[in-house]
Amino acid sequence: MRWWIEKIVEKIFAASGMITTVVILLIVIFLFKEGFGLFNSPVVEKGYALCVNAVNPVEHIGSTTIKKIYNSGIENWSEIGGFNEKIVPFRFDDIFGHYKEEEFGENYEKLPEKLGEVIAQTPGILAFIPEEYLPKGVEGVKILDGNTVRPEDFFLGQEWIPTSTPAPQFGVLPLILGTLWVSLIAILIATPLGMGVAIYLSELAQSRVRDILKPTVELLAGIPSVVYGFFGLVVLVPMVQKTFSLSVGETAFTGSVILAIMALPTIITVAEDAMRSTPRAMREASLALGATHWQTIYKVVIPYAISGISAAVVLGIGRAIGETMVALMVTGNAAIIPKTLFTPVRTIPATIAAELGEAPHGGVHYQALFVLGCVLFLITLVISISAELISKRQHNKGL
Amino acid sequence: MKKLLFTSILVAASILTAQTIKGSDTVLPLSQQEAETFMKVNKNARVTVTGGGSGVGLSALIEGTTDIAQSSRKIKFDEKKKLEEKGAKVKEIIIAFDALAVVVNPKNKVSNLTREQLEGIFTGKITNWKEVGGEDLKIVAYSRETSSGTYEFFKEEVLKKKDYMPGIMSMPATGAIVQSIGQTPGAIGYIGLAYLDAKVKAIHVSYDNGKTFVEPSVKTAKDETYPIVRPLIYYYVDKSEATVKPFIDYVLSAAGQKIVSDIGFITK
Repeated sequence: MRWWIEKIVEKIFAASGMITTVVILLIVIFLFKEGFGLFNSPVVEKGYALCVNAVNPVEHIGSTTIKKIYNSGIENWSEIGGFNEKIVPFRFDDIFGHYKEEEFGENYEKLPEKLGEVIAQTPGILAFIPEEYLPKGVEGVKILDGNTVRPEDFFLGQEWIPTSTPAPQFGVLPLILGTLWVSLIAILIATPLGMGVAIYLSELAQSRVRDILKPTVELLAGIPSVVYGFFGLVVLVPMVQKTFSLSVGETAFTGSVILAIMALPTIITVAEDAMRSTPRAMREASLALGATHWQTIYKVVIPYAISGISAAVVLGIGRAIGETMVALMVTGNAAIIPKTLFTPVRTIPATIAAELGEAPHGGVHYQALFVLGCVLFLITLVISISAELISKRQHNKGL
Repeated sequence: MKKLLFTSILVAASILTAQTIKGSDTVLPLSQQEAETFMKVNKNARVTVTGGGSGVGLSALIEGTTDIAQSSRKIKFDEKKKLEEKGAKVKEIIIAFDALAVVVNPKNKVSNLTREQLEGIFTGKITNWKEVGGEDLKIVAYSRETSSGTYEFFKEEVLKKKDYMPGIMSMPATGAIVQSIGQTPGAIGYIGLAYLDAKVKAIHVSYDNGKTFVEPSVKTAKDETYPIVRPLIYYYVDKSEATVKPFIDYVLSAAGQKIVSDIGFITK
């Protein structure tokens, strides 16, 4: 009677293990599948094309150039190798200012014709119009070939302006550097602090103190990140701004301080466990040789536990890199490459969280956010693998 | 058995009058309040209101997963086109207006700015307050996140579709913008009129190259002297007119419009 219950339970456990693994793999595959299309997407919005007047010699325009033209950064065609004529940027909606609504016909069937008219009349025009209304075959209109988003523009680009029309800018370098920068500073703050607490808890504290301190530290891990973020915005941001007399308090440093506090419980717990697992025989041997308590700690306990401590630090980094809400609230979210501690930064998780809601499903912006997700996944994967490798080393060592 | 039949009829009846509203987070508090009082008056009506952003609401309307799309911007040409392709004619009802106030830190001496100056500040061409008649202080510009309808409206209306500068500080919520501007001396940002409080100072804006500067208020927005005003709109398709009509009529009624001004928006 009992053996088949056991069998069933075994099967259920096996199945749940399988299902979990498959689900995780599917999520990863989905992430890469959604993001992969980015590099086949045109640099201008999908379904749109750029047109110029037929007398214009220009054949290709890069994504950053398009952006500069529409922001009046480039004003003459001669600046980008064309003829000497002022550039007239034209957006599709502008057509409704040139003609009355009824002139386009019942179902806008006359729209291409009217667009053609405007383009043919303006020699310096750069028109951004939907493909379905392209004035094909109209005298005096030249349709430019569309480029696709290039990987080097994506990974090495320095401007992240996903809402720029007609050519959204997806340069992720500031985001990647921002994420790494904030996490690096956070871990530089958290490691010495965490180590101090861990040494105190495992070696110095009396058991009664430890019984109070340890749960308190673990409680830190249970506070929702939005609460940390709110605290950061209201208390820490003005404090940082006043202390360092900055023009703005939302900086990489502010984010790092909060992230450091959030990474502390992980570091403390893991490092303390590693130190406490130092065999009693080793400590006693050290003391028997005449070493003091202090010497035992830093000559015996810490070297013995070093791989556990390193794993603690790496796990702390992982915690900081993936944190979303705090970064969103206190780092200022400005997509610029950080040069000092006190510049605002924009992190990858904050970007995804803030922008995915409005990014049209399947569009370039949506795909770009998924590629960002892939980048973040790869970063944390590397971190987890190194944590794994480091903590494995411990098993081969010892007495 | 009879009781069961009775309840199932009741449930069916309530489903018949159920409707969903989805979209702009700016309109969200207004729609929620309207829905609550509407359901108090009409016991068997059921109105569900969710946010997500204007674009989210309109794409839900195209997918047919919402009855009303609440929006803080006009429907885009593409969105209209997609609805027409599905054989639906879109109806537009303006339920209220919202003025956007440009705000700075109360300690800032600058209180007048032209649209051109605002464009310069938010696109990164003007970086110091002394360039617009203030003290020698770095300008820190705050913006909403890209998912917000306010972000897009401000870009279209004030920046004339130019891009915000790459280094702009973007905040996840209007409350966070008010908080940050209140504690940053060189800050400037934009918020809905309803969020205006003593922590920040509203800038008088000029759209005629500095001839007249107008303070944002319910009064100036209503008589159209204040320029940065946008409509808050309900979109629905003509097929569902019968379902949504009672609620929309309620919103446009005197009681519904009172809620509009209670929340801090401008009545029609």
